[in-house]
Amino acid sequence: MTRSQEESRGRTAEAARLAERLAQGDRRAIARGISHVEDGTPVGRALLDRIYTLTGRGHRVGITGPPGSGKSTLVDHLSRRLRERGLRVGVLAIDPTSPFSGGALLGDRIRMRAATQDEGLFVRSMASRGSLGGVAAATYEASEVLEAAGFDWILIETVGVGQSELEVVELADTTVLLLVPESGDAVQVMKAGIMEAADIFVVNKYDREGGDRRSQDIETSLEISGWNRGGAWRPPVLPAVASRGEGIVELLEQIDGHFAHLTRDDDSLGRARKDKIERRLRALLRRALLDRATRGARIDERLEEALDRIAAREISPYRWVETVLADWMPSGEE
Amino acid sequence: MEEKIRVLVAKPGLDGHDRGAKVIASAFRDAGFEVIYTGLHQTPEMIVDAAIQEDVDVLSVSVLSGAHMTVFPRILDLLKEQGVTDMHVIGGGIIPNEDAEKLVQMGVGAIFGPGTPTTEPIAYIREWYAKRKPA
Ligand SMILES: Nc1nc2c(ncn2[C@@H]2O[C@H](COP(=O)(O)OP(=O)(O)OP(=O)(O)O)[C@@H](O)[C@H]2O)c(=O)[nH]1
Ligand SMILES: [Mg+2]
Repeated sequence: MTRSQEESRGRTAEAARLAERLAQGDRRAIARGISHVEDGTPVGRALLDRIYTLTGRGHRVGITGPPGSGKSTLVDHLSRRLRERGLRVGVLAIDPTSPFSGGALLGDRIRMRAATQDEGLFVRSMASRGSLGGVAAATYEASEVLEAAGFDWILIETVGVGQSELEVVELADTTVLLLVPESGDAVQVMKAGIMEAADIFVVNKYDREGGDRRSQDIETSLEISGWNRGGAWRPPVLPAVASRGEGIVELLEQIDGHFAHLTRDDDSLGRARKDKIERRLRALLRRALLDRATRGARIDERLEEALDRIAAREISPYRWVETVLADWMPSGEE
Repeated sequence: MEEKIRVLVAKPGLDGHDRGAKVIASAFRDAGFEVIYTGLHQTPEMIVDAAIQEDVDVLSVSVLSGAHMTVFPRILDLLKEQGVTDMHVIGGGIIPNEDAEKLVQMGVGAIFGPGTPTTEPIAYIREWYAKRKPA
C-alpha cells in the first residue's frame, strides 16, 4: 500500500470511529468532530459524508441581533425550558475573529450557565474565522454533527451583527431577531431586508424605556413591507426580559408555531429546506472549485508575481485573470 | 482552513476578581489564539466539562484564592476520569514556588506567577503546541 493510500484509510477509520461514538452521544467525540469540520480536515470531510443520512432531524433555530442585545442570555433560558421538556439541545455560539490577530475572544458561555454537566445540553463556541455573514463558514457543518449526535434542537447564536449580515437564515428553520428598545429606527430595520428574513421578532430588555414604541415600529414596518408576500406566516413581535427569564415561554410557543407552519403538510418543510439546500450546494461547489483552481492554477504564486505589475498599471487585472484561467483550463472546456 | 490554538481561560473559586483572567484572555486573543472565557465562579467540574465541549488544546486556570492545591489536582483527576489525555493544563495566580513545583510534578504544564508578562505563557503555549503537533 502506498503512503497516501494508508493515510486515506486511516482517515476513513478515524471518521468511522468518531461517527459511531458521536451517534451514541459521546461528548468528546462530538467536540472533536466539530473541531475537524471547523478546521476543514480530511477526517472532517469523511465524517460529514458518513453522517449525512443522520442529519436533517433537528429543529434549527437562529438567534440574531445587535451586539449585547441579550442573545446568549436568551439562548440560556431557551435551552433550560427545552431541557425541561426533555429535549436534547445543541448550541453553537459564534463570536467574531479579530481581523488583526486572527484570534478570537469567545465569551458567550459566560451567560450560558445552564450548560454544565448535563448530557442533554452541548454548547460550542465558534470563531467566525473571517466569515462576514454573522456565522462561521463551518457552522452549518457543525450543526450537522450535532444533529447526528441526536440533538433535537440546534440553537445558533450569531455574531452580534449589524443589520445586513443574515447568513443564519440559510442555516436555520426558524430565525429569531432580537432588538432592544433603543436599537435603530424603523426605517433602518426595513432597509436591511430584515423584515423578510426574520420569522419572529423579539424586543428584549423590555424593562427599559421605549419597548412599546419599538414593537409598534416593527409592526408598522411589517405591514408596509408586506409580510404576507410569500406565505401565510405572520412574524409575531414579542416582548422579553431575557435577564429575568420573562417572555421565554411565549417565544417558545411561537417557535413551535412556526415549525408547525413549516411542517403543515407532508412536504412543506422539505420544500422550505430544498431551496436552502440548493443554495448551499452551489456555495459548496463554489468553494471546492475555488480551492481546486487556487491550487491547480497556482493562483497564490502567480498573484505574487503579477501584483507589482498590475499595481504599476503595466497589465490590466482583467487580462491577468483571463491568462491565468486560460493556462489552467485550455479553452473550449467552458 | 488552518487550525487554531484553542485555549479555555477559567477562573474558579468564589473571589470576585476576574481582571487578571480578562487581561490574559485578551492577550491570548491578540496572540492569535481562540480563547473561550467562561466567567467567574466556576467549579473544577464545570471547567472540565466546558473544556471538553470546546475541545480546547490548553486549559489555563487562574487561582487567587489560595485553593490551588485542591483546584488543580481536582481538574487533573477529572480529565483523567474522562479519558482526556491530550489537553494541556497551565496555571497562574498567587502560588508559592514549592506548591508550583508539586503541581508541575502532578502534571500541570507550567505555573506563571503574578506579574509575569503575558508574553511568557504565550511563548510557552506556542512552543508546546509546535512540539505536540509536528507539521
Ligand atoms: N436590562 C436588561 N438587561 C439584559 C436583558 N437581557 C440581557 N441583558 C443584559 O445584557 C447584557 C448582554 O447580554 P448577552 O446575553 O451577553 O448579549 P449578547 O447579545 O449575547 O451579546 P454578544 O454576544 O456580545 O453580541 C448582559 O449584561 C445581560 O445581563 C434584559 O432583558 N434586560
Ligand atoms: Mg452572546
